[in-house]
Amino acid sequence: MSVILSVQNVRKTYDGGFEALKGASLDIQEGEIIALLGPNGAGKTTLISTICGISSLTSGAITVAGMDIARDYRKVRAMIGLVPQEIALEPFETVINSVRFSRGLFGKAKNEAYLDEILKTLSLFDKKDSKVMALSGGMKRRVLIAKALAHEPKVLFLDEPTAGVDVELRKDMWNTVAKLKGQGVTIILTTHYIEEAEAIADRIAVINGGEILLVEDKAALMARMGKKQIRIELLEPVQEIPTKLAPYGLELAPDGGGLTYTYDVNAERTGITGLLNDLQAAGLQMRDVQTQQSSLEDIFVDLVQEDGA
Amino acid sequence: MNFQAIAAIYTFEMARFFRTLKQSFISPVLSTSLYFVVFGTAIGSRMEAVDGVDYGAFIVPGLIMLSVMTQSISNASFGIYFPKFIGTIYELLSAPVNFLEIVIGYVGAAATKSLFIGLVILGTAYLFVDLDIQHPIAMMSFLLLTCLSFSLLGFIIGIWAGNFEQLNLVPMLVVTPLVFLGGSFYAISMLPEFWQTVTLFNPVVYLISGFRWAFFGTADVAIGISLGAIGLFTLACMGFIWWIFKTGWRIRS
Ligand SMILES: Nc1ncnc2c1ncn2[C@@H]1O[C@H](COP(=O)(O)OP(=O)(O)O)[C@@H](O)[C@H]1O
Ligand SMILES: [Mg+2]
Repeated sequence: MSVILSVQNVRKTYDGGFEALKGASLDIQEGEIIALLGPNGAGKTTLISTICGISSLTSGAITVAGMDIARDYRKVRAMIGLVPQEIALEPFETVINSVRFSRGLFGKAKNEAYLDEILKTLSLFDKKDSKVMALSGGMKRRVLIAKALAHEPKVLFLDEPTAGVDVELRKDMWNTVAKLKGQGVTIILTTHYIEEAEAIADRIAVINGGEILLVEDKAALMARMGKKQIRIELLEPVQEIPTKLAPYGLELAPDGGGLTYTYDVNAERTGITGLLNDLQAAGLQMRDVQTQQSSLEDIFVDLVQEDGA
Repeated sequence: MNFQAIAAIYTFEMARFFRTLKQSFISPVLSTSLYFVVFGTAIGSRMEAVDGVDYGAFIVPGLIMLSVMTQSISNASFGIYFPKFIGTIYELLSAPVNFLEIVIGYVGAAATKSLFIGLVILGTAYLFVDLDIQHPIAMMSFLLLTCLSFSLLGFIIGIWAGNFEQLNLVPMLVVTPLVFLGGSFYAISMLPEFWQTVTLFNPVVYLISGFRWAFFGTADVAIGISLGAIGLFTLACMGFIWWIFKTGWRIRS
């Protein structure tokens, strides 16, 4: 795999003096789906805007397929499709004309068959001749995606594509993304829905306060950062944790009926066997035992909190 | 050159025009007809001929200019302000287009619209007065240049404007007075001497004078000067727009 998009030390200071990107660096591999995960105001949209030419960058370098985004703007921009965070569409125009406009604007010759296919994939075909203003919010978002795909981009940016859309559209969107990936399109998606990143991304970049905190393979990230917990339900509640069990750092449920043990999956010894033995030795009887793995969400919250601290 | 992009912008903008075709024509045709009725027929019948031209006919070039200038400005300024206002400008900014292509697309469409309207007014004028255009080619050239240069000006206003009030401010406060005082309804020589001098600082005077020369062969200022003035004005607008795109003034954060 080769690097299709390279962001090196990018800083962006807005006119008011606010620094929204503080030296962000990121390499994106051709054909991957990368999720840019970060809380509101982290700088996700700003990063995308500077890559796409909507905002100017203050310093740093961005290349797409080895070409500088400013010097080779024509070639670079022809490769990129952008679905913006905010819905922005010409209200009085029809769906198909809006999509045709996008294709032409990006320098591609007419291809009605291709546009029809996009509209069908996005379940927009029967709305082809409707005016944009007559569509629901979810439908408008589909039109935005259709516009972004109209010129057959190699790299697609989706800026919070599923914020505030219904479940059906979210599933449709994920299917579309999977299909595009199958065609070799590189997809950069920003979201603050962890489940979204977890469901469709190959890699995850966490951004906060204008800095990229980490970029990692999704599975590796979860394995590395993953903590597992065992929850033990007791047959009879206890008042306090027996001193014998103190080394395990257990947590007692408020009603005294359960204990939670947290351990690191990657540690050499998890301490599970010892715990179970010691529980018995302390005379506690177990009703049930459950394990649970921390989700990406926990990892993310941990990271952002550490960053803020 | 991204010709596809120019065509896309032009078609998209013209579609806006055709969607509102009736409104686009009715209002200028109606207001011009009123001018003819009031100034041409009612008042004009009591006026003596100006430079040997019947007053009703004399005001035709000025009326056409008045409409063409205001229409060019409002069409072009709205054309580029609207994408800024509704946010669709993101697509222009992220597209593989340069400033020239954007300008040709938007300004071309705005100029086409006002050219149509100018010709419709000319047609309307034939219903009211006898016209015999002496220099048709010069007439069309002046008309075209005016559509173009005022559409460029409108484009600048549209980029500059931060809200709808500002969008209407310049046409109202600057352009309408300049056009009215530019000799639409009188020959400059009819003014007191002092005001004749002041008037020479009004760029619109040169346009109307040149345009009227193309109709009747009489002018307030030499035709060469008229052409030079409008050429200069067009270049100045182009230069300013080039600077806007180079710096991203008011469009790129
Ligand atoms: N045009 C702008 N001018 C000034 N500050 C801005 C502008 N756009 C965004 N910001 C600020 O930059 C920061 C990052 O914003 P943004 O990139 O939109 O974050 P995200 O997309 O991650 O929610 C925020 O603090 C926001 O207020
Ligand atoms: Mg955002």
